Formats: sequence, structure tokens, C-alpha cells
Amino acid sequence: MIGVGKIKQYGNVLDKPLAKGKQEVSLSAFAFLFSELVQYNQTQVDNIGELERRLEDAGYAVGARVLELLCHRDKGNRRETRLLGILSFVHSTVWKVLFGKVADSLEKGTEHEDEYMISEKELLVNKFISIPKDMGTFNCGAFVAGIVRGVLDGAGFPAVVTAHFVPMEGQQRPRTTILIKFAEEVLRREARLG
Amino acid sequence: MAPVAPRSGDAIFANIERVNAELFTLTYGAIVRQLLTDLEEVEEVNKQLDQMGYNIGIRLIDEFLAKSNVSRCVDFRETAEVIAKVGFKMFLGVTASVTNWDAEGTCCSIVLEDNPLVDFVELPDNCQGLYYCNILSGVIRGALDMVSMKAEVTWLRDALRGDDVFELQVKLLKQVPEEYPYKDDE
Repeated sequence: MIGVGKIKQYGNVLDKPLAKGKQEVSLSAFAFLFSELVQYNQTQVDNIGELERRLEDAGYAVGARVLELLCHRDKGNRRETRLLGILSFVHSTVWKVLFGKVADSLEKGTEHEDEYMISEKELLVNKFISIPKDMGTFNCGAFVAGIVRGVLDGAGFPAVVTAHFVPMEGQQRPRTTILIKFAEEVLRREARLG
Repeated sequence: MAPVAPRSGDAIFANIERVNAELFTLTYGAIVRQLLTDLEEVEEVNKQLDQMGYNIGIRLIDEFLAKSNVSRCVDFRETAEVIAKVGFKMFLGVTASVTNWDAEGTCCSIVLEDNPLVDFVELPDNCQGLYYCNILSGVIRGALDMVSMKAEVTWLRDALRGDDVFELQVKLLKQVPEEYPYKDDE
């Protein structure tokens, strides 16, 4: 028969073979969806901080799942256990899968031992976003910060993750820096592991 | 300017910027989960998803017309084909088929076998009334609204509810004659 049986029925979603992750949708489809996410959340909050927190929460849910998916598919059910390992996993593997490229840079904070920064000249979610003047320092990158926090938290590296605009010389648009501040316990464990 | 030939869904999709479908899928999942937490009632979530879809549809139609070079469809049959073959392909990278026409040619089904929204998704028992992909019906309704067609879009089959495919019924309610916002003789 024609056109029958393309979708095979599985009793349970876990029985379904995992796709290779090569499928794509148009960037506009994602941008439209993301814009609805932001607009909906704007109706649920009174201030910018709350809005960023809600976007971060949504991102966290994505990050937790991305970690599980990638560890299973790409790393044979293993995950990074060291600080630099997990950071480069986020900066390279996660970024490549989600955004199609490795992040522009991964740096260690100069002032604090527990801070790391992932920067991106044009973060995918900010591509079609311009922030109204009255919304100050609001950055939709909070969603991506949430993804990063979700990945780190799930891997046992709790951290506070925030997104910031950083003006760039000679560039019209600022870049977005995702600032990761690890919890004390993470650094203590790293020191113990040597 | 000479009229340009309409482009196929495949040709457009091959030439536009694309993102990984998993980012899209998981982001949509995050939205649905947020709505379920905020609104509590599944019925309300269905409504909100439809509204979000509508908001997208009324904007998406502009991009669709600009990139596809599709000109005015001669009838609703053609419209449905264009949605299924060009619209779905261009934005979601999947094609749909059109079936089950009624005798008047005003009501048909769009059948989706592949649906990037539902990877990794399983409906828990307390969400059985949820139309998980309700955003899609809103998108179609919104987009048609902007080209002067009032339509009703409902789910007939839903693979998340145990059916074999996703089937959307699109029913043309009325075609609104175009009105100009100004009078010529003023």
C-alpha cells in the first residue's frame, strides 16, 4: 500500500530508536516560536528580573534534556566529570548540536576563580531581537543561560548562569556573554581531584 | 518586473537558514510544560497554544509570500495543496498530504506523517485532553486569516493519542472580500 506505515507505532516513546539529530527546521520557525515564548512570559511578569528568570527556567528544561540526549547518543552513556571537561562539552558539543557551530570563545574570569564565560558574537536567540530602551539590560540570552545551567546541573556542576550584553569596539551590536559562576562545592571537589 | 515562477517547498527549504530540529522540539516542549504549570487546565493550554499559533500565522504569511513567489490561488483546493506542500516544507522541513475533500471543495484534511514537534514526547495520563500540537492549527488559521479566508482548523487524528498519523481538518468558513482602507474618489 502506498504511504502506509511510515510512522511505526511504538508502545512507549523509549522503545523508539533515537534519531541521529540531523533533521532541521527553518530558522524562522524557531524564531517565531521563541518570540512567542518571550511574549507569553512577558504577560506573566511584573519586571525584567522575573522575565529573565522565567526564560531561564524554560531553558533549564531544555538543557537537562539535551545533556541526557547527547550523553546517550554521542558519548556512549558517559558524561564529563571534570570542570574543564564539562565546560568544553558545553562550549563545543552542546553548542554545535543546538546552534550549528562551536561557541566563539570560552574564557576563565580574570577576577574570580569560579567564573567562566562563553561568548557569542551573534547568539542565535538574539538574532531577531532588539531590546526596547525601557527594558534596560534585559537579554533573551537568559534562555540560553538556562540551557547551560540545565546541562551543568544535570552533570553535577551546579552553577549560577547569567547572560549579558557586552559592547564590542567597532561592532554595531553587542556580543552576548554567558557568565557561569560555579557553586563552592564544585571547586572544592575539583581541588580534591587535583 | 516580470512575474516570477512559484518556488517549490524543497527549493526554498534548501536555500534558507535552518536550525537543528531538536532545539526547536525541546523549546516547544518547554513552552508546553510552562503553560501546563501556569494554566493548570488542559483546555486552557489548548486555547493558549492555538492563540500563540495564530500570532505566528499572521506574521509568518508575509515571509511565506515573500519567499515562495506563490500568487493568488484559484480555489481553496489549491490553497490547501500549497499549505501542505510548500508551507510545511518551507518552515518545518516536512511535507504533508491533502485528502478527504468534501463535495463542495471547502473542507479537507491535511495529513502529517512526520512532525518535528513531537519527537521525545509522550502524553502522561493527566494530559490526555491536550492537543499537543495545537500551535500548528493556530498557525494555519492565522495565516489564512491574513489572506482573507476564515477557516476552522481541528484535529481529527493525533499520533500522540494513539492514532497512526496527525490529521488536521481545515474547513473554509468564508472568504472575506478584500476591502481597501480608502476610497478612490476622495
